[in-house]
Amino acid sequence: MAFVTANWNPLGESFYRKIELYEMGWNLKDGLRECLVAAAPYGGPIALLKGHYRRSPSARPQLEIYSSSGLPLASFPWKSGVVKQLGWTVSDDLLCVQEDGTVLVYDLWGGFKRHFSMGNEVSQSQVLETKIFHSPYGTGVAILTGALRFTLATNIDDIKLRRLPEVPGLQEAPSCWAVLTQDRQSKVLVANGSQLFILDNTACTPVTPPGLSPQASSIVHMCVSFSYKYLALLTDSGHVWMGTSNLKEKLSEVDTKIKTPPKQMAWCRRPKSQQPSAVVMWDGLLIVVGECKETIQYHLDDDSVLVPELDGVRIISGTHHELLQEVPGACEEIFKIASMAPGALLLEAHKEYEKESQKADEYLREIKEQSLLSEAVRQCVEAAGHEHEPETQKTLLRAASFGKCFLSNFPPEQFVSMCRDLRVLNAVRDYTVGIPLTHTQFKQMTVQVLIDRLVYRKLYPLAIEVCRYLKTPEYQGVSRVLKHWACYKVQQKEESDEVIAKAVSVKLADAAGISYSEIATKAYESGRTELAIKLLEFEPRSGEQVPLLLKMKKSPLALSKAIESGDTDLVYTVVMYLKNELNRGDFFMMLRNQPVALSLYKQFCKHQEQDTLKDLFNQDDDHEELGNFYVKASYKDQRLEARVALLQSAVDEYYKAKNDFSAKTTEDEMRLLRFQRKLEEEKDEQLVGFSLQDTMTTLLSVGLHKHAEQLYKDFRVPDKRFWWLKLKALAEKEDWEELEKFGKTKKSPIGYLPFVEVCIKHHNKYEAKKYVSKVTPEQKVKAHLAVGDMEGAAEAAIERRNESEISTVLSRCSATTDHLLMERLNRAKATAVKK
Amino acid sequence: MASHLFCGRVNLNILREAARKDLREFLDKCSGSKAIVWDEYLTGPFGLIAQYSLLKEHEVEKMFTLKGGRIPSAAVKNIVFFVRPRLELMDIIAENVASEDKLKPREFHILFVPRRSLLCEQRLKEKGVLNSFTNIDEYILDLIPYDGDLLSMESESSFRVRQSLNECYLENDQTSLYHAAKGLMTLQALYGTIPQIFAFHVANMMLRMKREFAGSHTQILPVFDTLLLLDRNVDLLTPLATQLTYEGLIDEIYGITNGYVKLPPEKFAQKKQGEGGKDLPTEPKKLQLNSAEELYAEIRDKNFNAVGAALSKKAKIISAAFEERHNAKTVGEIKQFVSQLPHMQAARGSLANHTSIAELIKDITISEDFFDSLTVEQEFMTGVDTDKVSTYIEDCIAQKDPLIKILRLVCMQSVCNNGLKQKVLDYYKKEILQTYGYKHILTLKNLEKVGLLKPQSTMRNNYPTIRKTLKLWMEDANEQNPNDISYVYSGYAPLSVRLTQVLARPGWRSIEEVLKILPGPHFEERQQVPTGLHKKRQPGENRTTLVFFLGGVTYAEIAALRFLSHMEDSGTEYIIATTKLINGTSWIKSLMDNPEENLP
Repeated sequence: MAFVTANWNPLGESFYRKIELYEMGWNLKDGLRECLVAAAPYGGPIALLKGHYRRSPSARPQLEIYSSSGLPLASFPWKSGVVKQLGWTVSDDLLCVQEDGTVLVYDLWGGFKRHFSMGNEVSQSQVLETKIFHSPYGTGVAILTGALRFTLATNIDDIKLRRLPEVPGLQEAPSCWAVLTQDRQSKVLVANGSQLFILDNTACTPVTPPGLSPQASSIVHMCVSFSYKYLALLTDSGHVWMGTSNLKEKLSEVDTKIKTPPKQMAWCRRPKSQQPSAVVMWDGLLIVVGECKETIQYHLDDDSVLVPELDGVRIISGTHHELLQEVPGACEEIFKIASMAPGALLLEAHKEYEKESQKADEYLREIKEQSLLSEAVRQCVEAAGHEHEPETQKTLLRAASFGKCFLSNFPPEQFVSMCRDLRVLNAVRDYTVGIPLTHTQFKQMTVQVLIDRLVYRKLYPLAIEVCRYLKTPEYQGVSRVLKHWACYKVQQKEESDEVIAKAVSVKLADAAGISYSEIATKAYESGRTELAIKLLEFEPRSGEQVPLLLKMKKSPLALSKAIESGDTDLVYTVVMYLKNELNRGDFFMMLRNQPVALSLYKQFCKHQEQDTLKDLFNQDDDHEELGNFYVKASYKDQRLEARVALLQSAVDEYYKAKNDFSAKTTEDEMRLLRFQRKLEEEKDEQLVGFSLQDTMTTLLSVGLHKHAEQLYKDFRVPDKRFWWLKLKALAEKEDWEELEKFGKTKKSPIGYLPFVEVCIKHHNKYEAKKYVSKVTPEQKVKAHLAVGDMEGAAEAAIERRNESEISTVLSRCSATTDHLLMERLNRAKATAVKK
Repeated sequence: MASHLFCGRVNLNILREAARKDLREFLDKCSGSKAIVWDEYLTGPFGLIAQYSLLKEHEVEKMFTLKGGRIPSAAVKNIVFFVRPRLELMDIIAENVASEDKLKPREFHILFVPRRSLLCEQRLKEKGVLNSFTNIDEYILDLIPYDGDLLSMESESSFRVRQSLNECYLENDQTSLYHAAKGLMTLQALYGTIPQIFAFHVANMMLRMKREFAGSHTQILPVFDTLLLLDRNVDLLTPLATQLTYEGLIDEIYGITNGYVKLPPEKFAQKKQGEGGKDLPTEPKKLQLNSAEELYAEIRDKNFNAVGAALSKKAKIISAAFEERHNAKTVGEIKQFVSQLPHMQAARGSLANHTSIAELIKDITISEDFFDSLTVEQEFMTGVDTDKVSTYIEDCIAQKDPLIKILRLVCMQSVCNNGLKQKVLDYYKKEILQTYGYKHILTLKNLEKVGLLKPQSTMRNNYPTIRKTLKLWMEDANEQNPNDISYVYSGYAPLSVRLTQVLARPGWRSIEEVLKILPGPHFEERQQVPTGLHKKRQPGENRTTLVFFLGGVTYAEIAALRFLSHMEDSGTEYIIATTKLINGTSWIKSLMDNPEENLP
């Protein structure tokens, strides 16, 4: 504990510390000498290309991939062309840029994934230098060709090559260059002697860093910060200039007093840094420069590589792996010698408490008097996050927890999540895993990405533990990991389909939201169709199975799965696919076995292909539907003969379907049509298209009584309806004479009240009255009322001694004119009620 | 803007907000100024989600209706099609795109509502225009919040499609069911997994949902305790009956679409002095109807016979409130009075509107026609003379009353008699065909396919058993101060709602005999809820049940469920979801097939 500050070095206002992350597990004979090295940021893997300088065909260079702790992940002899540069993508894939501009992509395990070219121009003039960079758009590659031109691809997953404009006056390779991301664009910053240019898509603009010391005649090295916000330049006079990358502001300039060109330079800052600082490395020497004149110097035993990180620089040598960073504010406050910061006091208080000393109380009081206890807890929690040693973390967290006891309403989230985060971080920092993430990096990277990284490393159990521990929702966490595991599992060639399918189903049994179709796709891609089909069986969402089944040409299965999914659109997709794949006969046969698909297809045909619909009905001997089909078709033809012919077909089909009603009805329809046509020709009266009822009405209205009667008999129209019809038609025509005649033909099947009412409706009270006497006793009152004969109504009602009828009449009487009548009615009502 | 969605027990505005968010995100994907080309059918449902102002905020400058030929010129960067996934619409879009000015190309986008469709994309590909689209997306609009307790999918002719799972199917198309299942998924994503599911007659749907849900786990405390899935097939009778609640009658007579009703304007003319009603407005009066309007919320579910009293009571309260001004003496009192004025004026406007509507409806309900038809309906429902030809129906046909009215009555008689004698059925059919034209033979066949019309099989009529056991007919229905759901049809208690009521208390086990008679099997299913999300009910806290009507629901049924929610000791509150809001007329209409229409 006392030695926390032992590795601290002051520089200006702040401190820098170098922490050992790992003693490297690899065994490199010559260290990193003569190696091409690439280490991925965020504690990613390290790639070494050994012996690539020796260009003899007998000795092939060896490509090796290690974890950050130096555990071997892959190793194989390099058989392709000369590699100019290695680099890692944001998703932990290795990029090897060859001299001819071809970029080969390998996974973490040395498996070849793909390759792409940086264009003809690059392959012709060869690669001189190359840089691999990361931007919000993904991983990019920038190349300086032998023709001294720059070619750039901002995202290797969506390659759009850009050739940048020429740099004026460039005769040989520039002294140094770097890639910047500014204004959502990738640009190249080039130094040619003392001149500096910015190259973007369209132009090459000369720029001058403000306040660069005049002694410099050449810029020999440059580096851009992790966030692309800052730029550091090293001149041949040994000065390091630091400023913003837009070259608008100078932050500081420091003389390193060393004039030899360095091996590497990197920014060493952290979010909320107190000062800008950079690290410059020569053979055997490392210097940290900041705002002040002084520098921190470290001696290096061995050839090393600097890996810039979000919050510091990692230094990898043949034997060690270290992290150099500015000491975070919270740690400084707490651990600085004689610090009186609340966190420091709390830590002290807790120490005393553990010793069971009353001084603990004194310290606590001191913090509490200034009401800084919650601040103190926060400091301790934050500092714990920045400490690498679990013991130190624990001490700080214990102190925080101790302080919390004296606070009410202190939100616990920060403390709880820090404990959780640290547990995860300590697990992944473990030597066997070898991902030396800092808390700051972890937060930037997110849990999701960390889990992805663990999955790439095939550390499935750990990934699952992390998900469970952090309570990541299952389908984002455990299920996803299991899916990756299964995808990996199905590619294991040595095991049989049964064994793998069983292993997968057992492991994945109760995990929610697993997409078996993705796993099956993976199996299919590795040539295991049978396994793919087995795995698809586990997919609960049948819809998901369909695309793969189609791809594997298992169309009948695809069809039944599509139907099972209930997704009509999917069924249609398969049906249409089958329609194109199969001949008509087979296609129909297949549909026949799938009623749902068949009826959907019928519906499609109804709108799109009428003739196919008929064929389908024919195939099924569905006479009823065929009949309907012809009936429908008959309405689409204008010519009478064609209509009748179609209807005749319908009749035939209906008879075959044993639907006598439909057949007879359709025969009636044909009969009516013929009749209508005949009369149209004879009498020039528009009739076709009318219903039987309307036809009769029309005939009556134009006086063709005989013809109407004929229809009435031929079509066996019920008497009641015909009487209604004739009554209304004649009244409409105001042919009262004919109506009277009609009324006397025989006893009306609808009674005579309708006669009264229809006449009244046509305002003929005189005619109406003629029928009142014929009305049945029950309807008499209504009839009298209809013609406005109050006395008659009263008479009838009283005669019938019907209370409600009497009331009805009463309600229609007016008090002024029917005074006497009302008296009578009231009396009658009284007696009626008595009864 | 959407205050009506807050008033229910479940905040349905979450659903609306989620829908709005999706819409905004899509619009922002098509950066720059844009014009929307609308599939006309969608404008109504979209109006419930977002007003024009929202579209405007996202640079929508023009709106057109989808039709053939060239899209009207508009100086916009993007053309966005909002369409249902239908092939015939794809053909129109292809024509639009093909006739676009090649010199000033605009970017095209398609938003499929409610799902994108491979079939449609294939059609666009065949027409050679698929690559002209920058964005092809789907806008999942399954369940649209209509009111604080009401969700609807408003799918086209949902019952027609709904029949898919029955032997007597019409189209055998499960699309609507699939969307319903997806809609429930969306709902559960927002409101948590529903622990308990009851279903009637929808086995397939249940299985499907179980499978779909298997993959998802929401970390949300379940809002709903129970889901009840009711297939319209279980209760074919209710929609055929004339609804007698205020809202139900408005729908029966004028039709409510997407929360709006269009009314004859005469009664709404502003009576200004001096003008003497010279120029009456000719445009129909369009009114929005939802529970945001205090008065409407109060009277919508009342039996129409109780509306008059409620309106006059309200009138007294309002005029009393206006009289208050005379009592306001101090400045403070006057200030308070003035602050209430806008609210009071709104209330007065609302009262005037509803008084006019009530007058319009009353003109119809007091007519002899209405009375006679209602009497026959009630006779059928109580089982009077359902086995012979009804003279009333006969007379109506002879008078050539509207065909839909006839069909409603005949279907009702058939349902109440568990099918008609072959002779009776054939007689009705013949009468209808002779009077209204032979073309209606296809409509009659459709009605037979879905079971609304059927010949009586050897089985005896079991409707009376159902009616008696479930107490579907209440002789003394109290219209003014109801004590039973039967008030919504002045005597008839809707079967669907009775089933819901019995399920809550005492449970379906008590009516097993009847359940056997009703079509289709019934299920109970439990869904796993993540531990820690089990709801702890406070004492006295009601359960919340989501009742999902597959194949449509009527306003009267909704009213009955609301009545159950508000009953003092019911213990359950209901949220209603449906594939479509229907009434007998719209329902029958959706089943009609006129071969003279849709000529290609």
